[in-house]
Amino acid sequence: MVGGTNEIKREEVEMAVVALKPGYEEAVDFRDKHENFHGNQVVYLHWEEHLSFCSAIAFPLPPDMPFGALIEELIPTYYGMHPDYQSLNWEQVEWKIDGKPSTPDMSKSLAENGVGHKSLICFRTPGLNGYRGSCS
Amino acid sequence: MTPPRKKKMNLKQRYALMTRGLDWETSYQKMDDVFPYDTFEGIKITDWSKWEDPFRLTMDAYWKYQGEKERKLYAVLDSFAQNNGQLGISDARYVNAIKLFLTGVTPLEYQAHRHFAHLGRHIRGAGPRVAAQMQSLDELRHAQTQIHTISHYNKYFDGFAEFPHMHDRVWYLSVPKSFFDDACTAGPFEFFTAISFAFEYVLTNLLFVPFMSGAAYNGDLATVTFGFSAQSDEARHMTLGIEVIKFMLEQHPDNLPIVQKWVDKWFWRGHKMLGLVAMMMDYMLPKRIMSWKEAWEIYFTEAGGALFEDLSRYGLRVPKYADIATEEAEHISHQNWAIFYQYTQAAGFHTWLPTDEEMAWLSEKYPNTFDKYYRPRFEMWREMEAKGERFYNNALPQLCQTCQIPMGYTEPGDPTKIGFRSTEYKGDRYHFCSDGCKDIFENEPEKFAQAWLPVHQIFQGNCGGADLGDVLKWYHMENGTDNLDYSGSPDQQQWDAWQAARKKVAG
Repeated sequence: MVGGTNEIKREEVEMAVVALKPGYEEAVDFRDKHENFHGNQVVYLHWEEHLSFCSAIAFPLPPDMPFGALIEELIPTYYGMHPDYQSLNWEQVEWKIDGKPSTPDMSKSLAENGVGHKSLICFRTPGLNGYRGSCS
Repeated sequence: MTPPRKKKMNLKQRYALMTRGLDWETSYQKMDDVFPYDTFEGIKITDWSKWEDPFRLTMDAYWKYQGEKERKLYAVLDSFAQNNGQLGISDARYVNAIKLFLTGVTPLEYQAHRHFAHLGRHIRGAGPRVAAQMQSLDELRHAQTQIHTISHYNKYFDGFAEFPHMHDRVWYLSVPKSFFDDACTAGPFEFFTAISFAFEYVLTNLLFVPFMSGAAYNGDLATVTFGFSAQSDEARHMTLGIEVIKFMLEQHPDNLPIVQKWVDKWFWRGHKMLGLVAMMMDYMLPKRIMSWKEAWEIYFTEAGGALFEDLSRYGLRVPKYADIATEEAEHISHQNWAIFYQYTQAAGFHTWLPTDEEMAWLSEKYPNTFDKYYRPRFEMWREMEAKGERFYNNALPQLCQTCQIPMGYTEPGDPTKIGFRSTEYKGDRYHFCSDGCKDIFENEPEKFAQAWLPVHQIFQGNCGGADLGDVLKWYHMENGTDNLDYSGSPDQQQWDAWQAARKKVAG
C-alpha cells in the first residue's frame, strides 16, 4: 500500500498518551509544523522501482514553486546519475500525489497541484525499472 | 563494660538486612507522595512482597566482585596497548564496527545508568529498587570500561574522538538515541519492559553476541575481554527483565493488555534498531561469524519462541509483527548497508562495496534475496565507481517518524516497492516505514509528534547550516577523514603503511 491510502483521521480520537500529569497534550511541541520551515513546505519525492535510491528524498520547497521545476531541476540534479535517467520519457511518467494517481499541471504550483506540507510525490517510469530490470 | 559479642550473621540474614531491612513504610509522608511515579501507567501491584529477587547480591559483595573483575580487565587492556594490539586485528575495515559501537551503543549504557538510578529511587518495592541500583552501577561501569577499551583505537584511527557529541546530533545516531529517550521518558514499568525485558532479555543476544564474537573473530582482544567482563552483569540484567514481566502479570489480570502493548512496541523498536547490528554482521566484519538471518533464527525465532511459549501461561503472546520482522531478516542488512553506502559523506565511519568473495558469501547466506534484489544494486555501483562516478545520494532521505531510520524498507511480500505508511494527526501528515512504527505513533501521537527528526531539523536551520559542510562541522565530523569510503581514507593509508613495514621487518 502506498502513502496516504490508509490514513486515519485522528482529530476525534481521544487523548491516547498515558501521562504523569494532566495537561500533557497542551504542552506538546509539534516539531515539524509548516510554520517552522521558513515559508517552505517539506516535500518527499520518490522514483518507483529505483531502489538504489534507498528511500524517498526530502526537500524544503516553496508552495508556489511550479510543479515543472521538479522535472527541470530537482529530478535531473538528484536522480540524473542513474543509468535509466537518460531514457526517461516524461510523456509516459505516471504520477501519484499522497498515494492518489494524478496528472499534474507542470505550469501550476505545487500547492495548486494538491501538494501540501509533507506530501509524498511518487513517479513511475513504465519500461524503466532499474538497473537490468532489478528495481535498483 | 564491653557489650556482649554478637553472633556473626549468616548470608541469608545479611542479605535480608541489606535489602528489605533498609526499607520502611513512611508515616510523615504518604507513600504515594514518596513514590509518585509507579502508579500512573495503570499497572496494578497489589502486594510488593510477592516480588522474588532474581539474584541475591548485597552491595558490599557487589563492590568486591566488580573491583576484582575490573582489575583483570584493565590488566588485559594495558597489555593490549603495550603490545600494539591494534596491529593484530584482521583488517582496518573491522575498526568501523567498533566506531559504530562506541557512537551508537556506549552512550546508551550511560543513559541506562541514569535511568536505572532513577528507578533505584522511585520503585516502591525494595527488591526491584535494589536490583535497579545495582544495574545502574553496572551500566555506568559498562559505559566507562567500553570507553577505556575503545580509547586505544582512538589513538590510531579516525571517527572515535567526538562520540558523545555525535550521539546527540548525527542523523543515524538519532535512531539509538531516540529509542532510549523514548524509554527514559516512559513510566518505570514501561522502562523495565522496554529495556530489561524486550532489550536485555529478548534481543540482547542479537546485540552482544555479534559484537563480541565479531571482536573475537577479528582479533580484537580488548573488546572480547570487555565482553567477558560484562557477561555476568548481563546475566543479572536478563533475570531482572524476566522477573519484572512475570511479577506484573501475576499481580493483576488488568496488567496483561498494558504489558502486551509494551512488548509489541519495544520488540518492534528493538528490531528496527538492531538493523544496524545486522548490517555490521553481514557487511562490516572482514571475518564473518554468521549471517544476520542465521542469528535471527537462533536467537529470536528459536530462543524467543521458547520464551513466549513459556510466557503464554500468563496470556502473553508473541509480539505483534514478529512474522514481519522475521521476513525482514532476509533484507534489512542489505538495505541498511545501501543506505550508508549512498550517504557515506555524512557517516562517521567508512563504507565500501562488498568484494566478489563477500558477495558470494552473501548469495550463499541469502539464497532467496541477495542475487535477485541486492547484488544488482552493488554491481551497478561498482560499475559506476570504475567509471569514476561513485554513486552518492545528494538529497536528504525521508525518515520514519517513529524509528527515525530513512524509509528504505520494502513492502512485506514485495521487495521491489518501498513500504510507505502515513497517518494524519491534528491536521499534519506523519510518515512511517512500517505498520509496526505506525501503530506505535498512533498509540501515543502526542509523544511522537515531538520527534527530533534530523532531516527536518536541518531544513529548519537548527543544525549549523544548509550545506553538507556546515552540518558536518556541527556534527564534529572531519570531512575527508571520518567519513567517506575506506578506500583512500587516512585509516587505510596508515594500515597499509603498517603492513608494509611489518613485511619489511619480516624480510
